[in-house]
Amino acid sequence: MKINHIALSAAALLLAGAAHAVEFKQVDAAKSSLAFTSKQMGVPVPGSFKKFNAQLAFDPAKPTAASTTLEIDLASIDAGSKDANDEVVGKQWFNVKAFPTAKFVSTGVKALGGNRFEAVGKMTIKGQTRDVTAPFTFKQDGANGVFDGGFVLKRMDFNIGEGPWSDVSAVANEIEIKFHVVAAPVAVAKK
Amino acid sequence: MNKPTERYTGPAIAAHWLIAILILAAFPLGLYMHELTLSPTKLKLYSYHKWIGMTVLLLFVPRILWRLTHRPPAPLPMPAWQHKIAEGTHHLLYLLMFLVPLSGWLMSSAKGFQVVYFGVLPIPDLIGKDKGLGELLEEMHEVLSWSLISLVGLHLAGALKHHIIDKDSTLRRMLPFGK
Repeated sequence: MKINHIALSAAALLLAGAAHAVEFKQVDAAKSSLAFTSKQMGVPVPGSFKKFNAQLAFDPAKPTAASTTLEIDLASIDAGSKDANDEVVGKQWFNVKAFPTAKFVSTGVKALGGNRFEAVGKMTIKGQTRDVTAPFTFKQDGANGVFDGGFVLKRMDFNIGEGPWSDVSAVANEIEIKFHVVAAPVAVAKK
Repeated sequence: MNKPTERYTGPAIAAHWLIAILILAAFPLGLYMHELTLSPTKLKLYSYHKWIGMTVLLLFVPRILWRLTHRPPAPLPMPAWQHKIAEGTHHLLYLLMFLVPLSGWLMSSAKGFQVVYFGVLPIPDLIGKDKGLGELLEEMHEVLSWSLISLVGLHLAGALKHHIIDKDSTLRRMLPFGK
């Protein structure tokens, strides 16, 4: 009886230890999405990027150790219409020939309490690098980790929309970015 | 002998000319903006066009209610066939001044661009984004718009014919400052 009890406790401890050593790393691209909303003459126009590559390491028990790198294939943009899609890959907008990808590299993650966190990092688009702060929530859905967050990107900080397009009364400076990332856990060897 | 010509009521005259001006502004604007390549100017002109159209649709409601509750002046003497054409034109004009902006509003929604009145008041989308439906509505909007402007032309020709050839008061009784 006593031996059994000890064995059970040991097993529980081991399990708890294992749970702590789980990191959400394997991003499920099919279930993840990267969307944005631009405002044209006050009209919210939804869009998205179909192709992006996210690398992630997130242990909810140790959020400050988390890191992420996001690479977005800018040519995969859907800006709401064919006309817009043809336009935004061009020189005045993303200039995808010269700058095919946008990149976000996190420099730190903060816990904000509850399931809320905040990622801080460097966003590079079209040769311009700016600091970005993106609050997000984390929840577990079965085995997977689900990250939902967003931030407002000022397009003029990155020269997205030059020449006549720098007229922010036609297309607003503020672009609302929303991400939804689903990642599978990977057991990490306990240190 | 000559009793003063019966005139249209003030609100009927105001609505008539206001909507006339808006239609005559929206039609060439629509033709012009459609040919432009995507630019901030194009986005602005599309918005102005939609705001004008929504204004016509908004004005249509009180106008038709006023028309249904206030008899217009009796038609002046004219051959029966002319009267029939005039009446038919009026009915079609009412129908089209409703259908043209309505088809534009629906097209805008189907193409994924909500109409935001004056850039501040979002007008609800009655239908969701649907590429095929958007293209169908675009064709309908075009055909209906050309029909409307053609009827406006016919209506104008009729009014001028009464004014210049028949020298009657058909046109004058609709003029804002006539007697």
